Amino acid sequence: MNSLWSVTLATLAKDIRLEWRSKDALNSMLFFSLLVVVIFSFSFDPLAEESRRIAGGLIWVAILFAAVVALNQTWARELRNQVLDAYRVSPAPANALFLAKALGNFIFVSVLEALMAPLFIVFYNLRAVGPAWQLIPIALLGTWALVVNGTFFAAMSIRTRSREIMLPLLLFPVSIPAVIGMVAGTTAILTGDDPAHFWIILLLTYDVVFTTACLALFETVLQAE
Amino acid sequence: MKRAFPILAIVTAVLLAYALYQALVVAPTDAQQGDVYRIIYYHVPSAWTAFLLFFINFIASVRYLADGKPSTRQAAKWIAVAVGVAGAVAAFVIPLPGGIRPSAIATTVLAIPVFYFLLGKYFPGEKLDVLAVTTAEVGVVFCTIVLVTGPIWARPVWGIWWAPGDIRLTSTLVLWLIYVSYLILRRFSDSAQTQKLAAALAVFGALDVPLVYFSIWFFRTQHPQPVIGGGGSMDPKMLDVLMISWTAFLFFAFLVCWSRYRLEILRREVEQAHAMQSLSGADSSVSISSPAVSTRGSQ
Amino acid sequence: MNAIKFLYAAYIVTWLIHVLYIGTIVHRFSRLRREMKEFKRK
Repeated sequence: MNSLWSVTLATLAKDIRLEWRSKDALNSMLFFSLLVVVIFSFSFDPLAEESRRIAGGLIWVAILFAAVVALNQTWARELRNQVLDAYRVSPAPANALFLAKALGNFIFVSVLEALMAPLFIVFYNLRAVGPAWQLIPIALLGTWALVVNGTFFAAMSIRTRSREIMLPLLLFPVSIPAVIGMVAGTTAILTGDDPAHFWIILLLTYDVVFTTACLALFETVLQAE
Repeated sequence: MKRAFPILAIVTAVLLAYALYQALVVAPTDAQQGDVYRIIYYHVPSAWTAFLLFFINFIASVRYLADGKPSTRQAAKWIAVAVGVAGAVAAFVIPLPGGIRPSAIATTVLAIPVFYFLLGKYFPGEKLDVLAVTTAEVGVVFCTIVLVTGPIWARPVWGIWWAPGDIRLTSTLVLWLIYVSYLILRRFSDSAQTQKLAAALAVFGALDVPLVYFSIWFFRTQHPQPVIGGGGSMDPKMLDVLMISWTAFLFFAFLVCWSRYRLEILRREVEQAHAMQSLSGADSSVSISSPAVSTRGSQ
Repeated sequence: MNAIKFLYAAYIVTWLIHVLYIGTIVHRFSRLRREMKEFKRK
């Protein structure tokens, strides 16, 4: 267990360092997120009465699409430099690589959310009627739900034709319960109409089930080249 | 074995014709919906057939993954039995959301180890994967029919094509999406391990479906939605016709699966022949009779 | 009797889909059999 965490953290630190030095992906993703919010604000008139009712859905759809763009980059560096071959023959546990990638994506998408959320609040004049602090567990659990499966399916898509479209194609159907949870939970808190407890529990269950599944099956995917 | 197919085809045709007669003529007219409700005799059996096929795909996928390594092979058998027993007990102990009978859950869960052992016995090695692709494809066909006939039924009766909160139709849609993505992965993947990746995806899909069901169920309790298809009990005469129709469609599904299965075996034989030809050079004689589907030994 | 149209539509669509699918199986079968015959000739 000790080596799992040390390898994970080492790999994660490496990824963050590389990302920070080049800042390519980070900058373009941040700008992309801004663009997404602006396009949405033109498409769905934020002055309308129902904006609070639909804002939950809009935010998470925007994050979902931004996350897919980010997730597609997950393994790009590894592919370019044949890192995966090296990893396969090393004694390092496969799950360490997966966790490092998933955590890296989690941090990255969370940064995007931290940017997009205030923009949505501004453009749609949002105000939470219900307990706003509950938005935090929803955001954390929801982001992990997208990222854990996204990292897994990104690895699955490596050796497919049309790699970039294969990821969302695999990710979206499986993510539907999580998306329902995120959107319904966020809407429940924004409108204050209903309690969000069940949605938080659903997201937690989803995260536990699929994190376990990803960890159990990642070895198979890593060997699949 | 080859002669059984035409005989079975004739039997199936007769059954389907009989079922059609039952559905259109014999079954009583519904008091509220009139004659349109008879769509149910195609809609519901197609759904049950699709679910059965996807269930077989799931078990075959798990077995295929587990049999790959000797360590997991034994463990998986015990887990299958444990899941069956524990699930059957839990079905009667844990309170279930409305509309779901404990006996239905128990039967489904007990079917897991039963199918696990049966499929492993009769479809050893690569044949499990052939079975997986067969049931996935035919399952998608039947599932498509469910999703098409559902709205066709809903429109005249309830005035709407679709209700996003309808738990059964929406869960079926997600199941369809998962298996379409499964088929696309199989077609687009160039890896030598495509079969294992697809099996992993099937496992993910199976884990997803109960979560979809519960999330929509809770969404509906918070936001009441129109219920397409109604709940509640059915006129026993209608239930009889429904069972007749399902039996006919099961025979039909079996025939289609058998054909698809043979097609897949042939396709793999041709692929193997291609590979051996390119390995041994274009002018040497290639042995076609080498088995393209062999039981997988320890790797 | 407008509703009856939907009943017929549903039944017809069902068989349409089945026939189309079986058609693809038959088509793929004949193509593969032809390929196999060419192999055996070589």
